Amino acid sequence: MTEVTLQEPWATAERQRVAVQFGMWLFLATETLFFGGLFLTYAVARFSHPAGFVAAAREAEAMFGTINTVVLLTSSLTMAIAERAVREALVPLARAMFAATLMLGVAFLVVKGFEYRSDIVKHLVPGPEFTLSQTGASQFWAFYWTATGVHACHMLIGLGVVTRMLLIPAADLPGRSTTAEGSALYWHLVDLIWVILYALIYLVGR
Amino acid sequence: MSTLEDTGALAREPGRTSFLTEGGTTVRSWLLSTDHKRIAFLYAAGITFFFFLGGAAATLIRAELVTPAGDLLTADEYNRLFTLHGVIMVWFFLVPSIPTTLGNFLLPLMIGAREVAFPRLNLFSWYLYMGGGLLTLLSLLLGGVDTGWTFYTPFSTLYSNSYVLLAAAGVFVVGFSSIATGINFLATIHLLRAKGMTWMRMPLFAWAMYTVSLVMVLATPVLAISLLLIFAERAFGLPIFDPRSGGDPLLFQHLFWFYSHPAVYIMVLPAFGVVSEIIACEARRRVFGYEFMVYAMVAIAVIGFMVWGHHMFVSGQSPFASLVFSFLSFVVAVPSAIKVFNWTGTLYRGQIRFSAPMLYALGFVGLFTLGGLTGLFLASIPIDVQVTDTYFVVAHFHYIMVGGSVSAFFGGLHFWWPKITGRMYSETLAKFAAVSMFFGFNFTFFPQFILGYMGMPRRYHEYPPEFQAWHVMSSTGAVVLAFAYLWPLFYLGWSLVKGERADDNPHDATGLEWQTSSPPPKDNFAEPPIVTGTPYRYHAEGFAPHEVRPIHAPQDPQ
Amino acid sequence: MRPVEASTYAPRVDSIFWMLTAASGAVILLVGTLVLFFSIKYRRGTATPRGPVPDRLSREVEIGWTAATAFAFLFFFWFAAVAETTQFEIPRKAMEIHVVAKQWMWKLEHPNGTREINTLHVPVGVPVRLVMTSQDVIHSFFVPAFRTKQDVLPGRYVEAWFEASKPGTYHLFCTEYCGTDHSRMGGGIVVQSQSDFARWIDAQPQGDSLADQGAVLFRRMGCTGCHGGSSRIRAPSLAGVFGRQQPLEGGGFVTADESYLRDSILLPNKQVVAGYQPVMPSYQGVASEDDLIRLIAYLKSQKVVSPRPEVGP
Repeated sequence: MTEVTLQEPWATAERQRVAVQFGMWLFLATETLFFGGLFLTYAVARFSHPAGFVAAAREAEAMFGTINTVVLLTSSLTMAIAERAVREALVPLARAMFAATLMLGVAFLVVKGFEYRSDIVKHLVPGPEFTLSQTGASQFWAFYWTATGVHACHMLIGLGVVTRMLLIPAADLPGRSTTAEGSALYWHLVDLIWVILYALIYLVGR
Repeated sequence: MSTLEDTGALAREPGRTSFLTEGGTTVRSWLLSTDHKRIAFLYAAGITFFFFLGGAAATLIRAELVTPAGDLLTADEYNRLFTLHGVIMVWFFLVPSIPTTLGNFLLPLMIGAREVAFPRLNLFSWYLYMGGGLLTLLSLLLGGVDTGWTFYTPFSTLYSNSYVLLAAAGVFVVGFSSIATGINFLATIHLLRAKGMTWMRMPLFAWAMYTVSLVMVLATPVLAISLLLIFAERAFGLPIFDPRSGGDPLLFQHLFWFYSHPAVYIMVLPAFGVVSEIIACEARRRVFGYEFMVYAMVAIAVIGFMVWGHHMFVSGQSPFASLVFSFLSFVVAVPSAIKVFNWTGTLYRGQIRFSAPMLYALGFVGLFTLGGLTGLFLASIPIDVQVTDTYFVVAHFHYIMVGGSVSAFFGGLHFWWPKITGRMYSETLAKFAAVSMFFGFNFTFFPQFILGYMGMPRRYHEYPPEFQAWHVMSSTGAVVLAFAYLWPLFYLGWSLVKGERADDNPHDATGLEWQTSSPPPKDNFAEPPIVTGTPYRYHAEGFAPHEVRPIHAPQDPQ
Repeated sequence: MRPVEASTYAPRVDSIFWMLTAASGAVILLVGTLVLFFSIKYRRGTATPRGPVPDRLSREVEIGWTAATAFAFLFFFWFAAVAETTQFEIPRKAMEIHVVAKQWMWKLEHPNGTREINTLHVPVGVPVRLVMTSQDVIHSFFVPAFRTKQDVLPGRYVEAWFEASKPGTYHLFCTEYCGTDHSRMGGGIVVQSQSDFARWIDAQPQGDSLADQGAVLFRRMGCTGCHGGSSRIRAPSLAGVFGRQQPLEGGGFVTADESYLRDSILLPNKQVVAGYQPVMPSYQGVASEDDLIRLIAYLKSQKVVSPRPEVGP
């Protein structure tokens, strides 16, 4: 274990670690409520129009969704290794794993982009061109675009966070284990939310 | 190890180095400072600006309502003005007012900390606040928003021809500033209390900051998602609330009030803290029922999350849901009543001094009592059906948020002014402001209760002539009130420049913030303080704080 | 200072209002007197002795007033809730008025087809049931003299009822902010004695009743093509449908009230009757709110068996 870089106003590394964790968990609580509102709109729409909602869900591309779930779960693994490696001061391993996480995150967004293209080609964007006629179908797709869009924004922020870890000079990295821990917590949350979205979007009606 | 034998002993030196000069005096050194005390000043500048901007809108509204016909403003201008007034006052003044200024400045001092837990996040949240404010200002300059501060769908998403997206984006951004402040305060209180500062030794202001942070952190994200859904529907045409595609506009109201009712407590909990500090000090008494005051604040913060449906009694929600929400609304009123009784009890056997802060605090108790009691009317469904969306509701929430919170804010500002700026203000002029605020406020808003019960709807640009007498009365009162808000600008401004130097503890108050110099040094305390007893060790028989003082005996931490 | 009481419900609301006012007055008086009394007796510098307050005493006082407040509030809740629950049930014999709100006017229709704009004539002493919907944003139907207020939502029917008790003309306001001319979206409720009202309604230009107009629409819009007795496409017969318990495809039952009929026309796939295919096209954008009122009035007039069921507000 290397000496951790201390920030204002902390006197000890241990205290600082606790603080970052505490703050991060609070932030995760706010994120949970944020997505909670989104899941509530999902529940209300599905409850009001069960048949149309489920029929619309069958149009979602499960293949893309499943690939992305695998990609993201793997990225959580690499992130966990990276975080542990920072704490153990294994700098090359940590950097490799951060890079892997970054690449998997980018891969997720690329796959998502292909999925979006396919959805647009199939006219699944609610609006004048929308192909599904059943009541509730446009509600499902409104949720789909909003939720995946918001999740993608979280992914972008996550990528920024990982990039920041990569930009820390190798010599300083072991001192930044609390930052690594905070970044990892955030990444896992974004991953977890995706797993819920996966179930809500792709597994309904199958 | 420090002692608290003399006031000011915790300051580094009596040689008048303070955070005002330490760390540079350039504009840049202020704008990039992570010192919680400087950030409080930055917030104060922003909040003052938005307060007077929102106040200007209110002035125009009251001017328009002097006559029944819409002769001063067009209907669209009027609608934009009350929306502007609501959005600015709620999100850019009331919600951040006490926590970000007094809270930022005092919380670390009160619990004996050098800084807040995340100083850079603190500065960042100010930039978020200003960024959100600029977006909202931009929407105003381009032509305004006419949805009301509540952004109800489907009006806001499908029908309004105004800059809804820009204003919503501004509020969305400022929400994250709130969340950041909340996280910061919670971490500060949990992790940075001085040795011996146990939970039940914390001043009530610190408790107020704790509970308000809890509500900010847990409620604001729901506002964020509701605004985001508005954004999705309005900007991208995604049918989320649109009834034509089977969406439910009431869902938005549920989401919105799930935030916005707790937001009322965000606005008033800090006021509870401020008033408790002032009354205890100026009556030279320990706060009556300290523990109950703490439990009451926690209870309000928790139950406050379960009463949002009382905004929707006439919305078409299930009548059985309405009954449950009505019951819970009566429940949440109990702890508020307890607090009023306790403030009254604190005066018992005291040595009461009627300083300007005390006048503000007593005014708060009166106005909050009236506001709280009219809350009972609104919790009763049959009365609420009659008075919701009328001036009765307008009067009720102004009593709580303006009569209550703003009085407390001014009270706190005066009370801690010597500590914050190191200068004294004119007590006579301040008392005059406090008294005119109390009377001006009642003059303005009491007639609105009557108007509302008679059936005068809110957000009306024109109204039937039989309501005119009450409107004229209200507008006349608003003149007095406007004076009471502007007046302190002059004497406090004068005090900043020419005011007499303040002692470290001019009120003879207990509390760690009074144990350091005025204004405090950059690092707050020369040595970490140690706390050995309960707060508010005032002694009514004499003028000085209770003789039992903290000593530097070895103490168990926490 | 007191609003007129012009409905049977108004005095009940006012009794709660005055009780709460009296209670609030008492609290204000109590707190005010105490603050004033302490302020004078214990102002700084007086010679009044000030011993410490025993902890035990303050604890008992604290528990005492917490309990007292809680009981008082419980009583207020009970008192108000009882009045509210009596309003849940809409009298069966109520006269029915259809209300369509739009930016920025009220359209009101009597069962015999008489239409009014921003003004509603009703007889005294007869319960009136309002079936309301909005064409655009949320509005709110507020008659202060009746103590009646109900938000009017787009895309669904909401109900409210009142029984006027005093002839006169009373304000009708919109109380949910709805855009530019929100403050002008009002009018009057004209309450007349029953004989005056009968005379008034007779004097209106005689047209077809809502149900008769609905029957015409039912044919013109092609509903008979499927729902008529001899059609080739299998669709449920609609005679006597109103008020029936309809079994649904996929399980469950729904009472065929106005909202259900409305949804079945606009969103036909939402609740399909058991045993039928979801083949009906949506009439969204085809049938206006006025058409819907007529079609539903027609379907209601076709009732053959059961009496009108109780419908909650």
